[in-house]
Amino acid sequence: MRGVHYAVGGRPIFAGVDVQVRRGRITAIMGPSGTGKTTLLKLITAQIPADRGELRVFGEDLAALSRTEIYALRKRLGMLFQNGALLTDLDVFENVAFPVREHTDLPEALIHKLVLAKLQAVGLRGAASLMPAELSGGMARRVALARAIVLDPELLIYDEPFVGLDPISLGVILRLIKQMNEALGITSIVVSHDVRELATIADDSYLLSGGRVAAAGPPAQLRASDSAAVQQFMTGSFDGPVAFHYPAPDYATQLLAAEE
Amino acid sequence: MNHRGGNDVMLEGVRRLGAVTIFFVRLLLQCVPALGRPRLLVYQIYNAGARSLIIIMLSGLFVGMVLGLQGFDLLQRFGSEEALGSAAALGLLKELSPVITALLFAGRAGTALTSEIGLMRATDQLTAMEIMAVDPLRHVAAPRFLGGVVAMPLLTAIFSLIGLYGAQLVGVQLMGVDKGVFWSQMQGSVELRDVTQGVVKSLVFGVACSLIAVHEGYHAEPTAAGVGLATTRTVVASSVITLLLDYVLTAAFL
Repeated sequence: MRGVHYAVGGRPIFAGVDVQVRRGRITAIMGPSGTGKTTLLKLITAQIPADRGELRVFGEDLAALSRTEIYALRKRLGMLFQNGALLTDLDVFENVAFPVREHTDLPEALIHKLVLAKLQAVGLRGAASLMPAELSGGMARRVALARAIVLDPELLIYDEPFVGLDPISLGVILRLIKQMNEALGITSIVVSHDVRELATIADDSYLLSGGRVAAAGPPAQLRASDSAAVQQFMTGSFDGPVAFHYPAPDYATQLLAAEE
Repeated sequence: MNHRGGNDVMLEGVRRLGAVTIFFVRLLLQCVPALGRPRLLVYQIYNAGARSLIIIMLSGLFVGMVLGLQGFDLLQRFGSEEALGSAAALGLLKELSPVITALLFAGRAGTALTSEIGLMRATDQLTAMEIMAVDPLRHVAAPRFLGGVVAMPLLTAIFSLIGLYGAQLVGVQLMGVDKGVFWSQMQGSVELRDVTQGVVKSLVFGVACSLIAVHEGYHAEPTAAGVGLATTRTVVASSVITLLLDYVLTAAFL
């Protein structure tokens, strides 16, 4: 994406963002909460159009695509949602089989093998008959990952994959992201604010702040940056360019005014 | 100021009507492929229809019994209580069954549809489908809409049947109207077009109530409060539209 602008209700979210994701690599998009990381994913997946700037996915200009062409493009990518977004009326097996049934005419026996293979890859073959409500957060995310890779996408997008996971589940997800990338050669975009986790798997990273890319490069390079904004985010300082206090009138004046 | 306020309200009304119409057309276009998935459709007919059966049957029985009582009381004043059978049948078939079934449907099946689709929206299930290049209108909205449209006339017919039994129960068994007279009067006065009127009404109400339920759920704000609000709007809008359409249809048939 090049020079992308996007605003909601007159409030700019992005003011000229440039991000380049290289084929076969894991790219991390980081940034404090509210910097529009999820909005960025919506732009990449053509759920919303950019106000200005150029957005290309697989070399195709999203602005020039029709609805049918966007759907065709989406078949080449998979996305892992923060909460899994499993279809609640289908069991685990059917959830993973869903895209296959929708987009192919494969015989039932083959679908069965394919789904089991993907569930095996995420370690949940034994959970095939469970309903989404019976899964833990980490398991739901792994099922969603199996569903996202069932049609062998070229690009996998992860939206906050580490949020709310216990250390074991987190380790599992981290390993799976790395594995998907290395074993299947899937290009990956990971959107998250978990710096430490991302640093262990990402090849490239972008730090978004104030509607722009504040820093870009491999995670180690970001950590060595001398920018105050980048340092605050990477080290998790409570005060800095992103202030601890929400903008407010002077504290003493406000207290005195209340007494009067 | 008031003038401008009125204009804004009207403009908003027209905008909403336009949005619903566009949604309706898109939904209808997706209904054709949805028909090719009989399993999904049958499940939704079961969901909207069979699961509303108890409330429809109970209400039908009570409405029929009240109709028997009130009808008997009224007709007795003119010494024509033998007309109870035809009065109950005409009242139920042409008016009460389609309207009350639609109101109950909005409360039972309509709210269930709205909250289900709204929650699917709130938990990103609809977005996930879109990302998987599956149109949620085709997979989620269209089968539920069709299920409602098919279920409504069936529920209305059952309501009428049980209602007539209720009226008979009170009129014949309790008030002593002659059984033969009750049924023969009914047979003599009810014509096919009376039945058709009821069927047409129930079909129209089925389309309206299902459309409102699906539309509200599909466009619900993806929060707990948003889904709650959408569910309330389904009941209110379905009820008002049903009563309005009932008047329009009745006037058109006369």
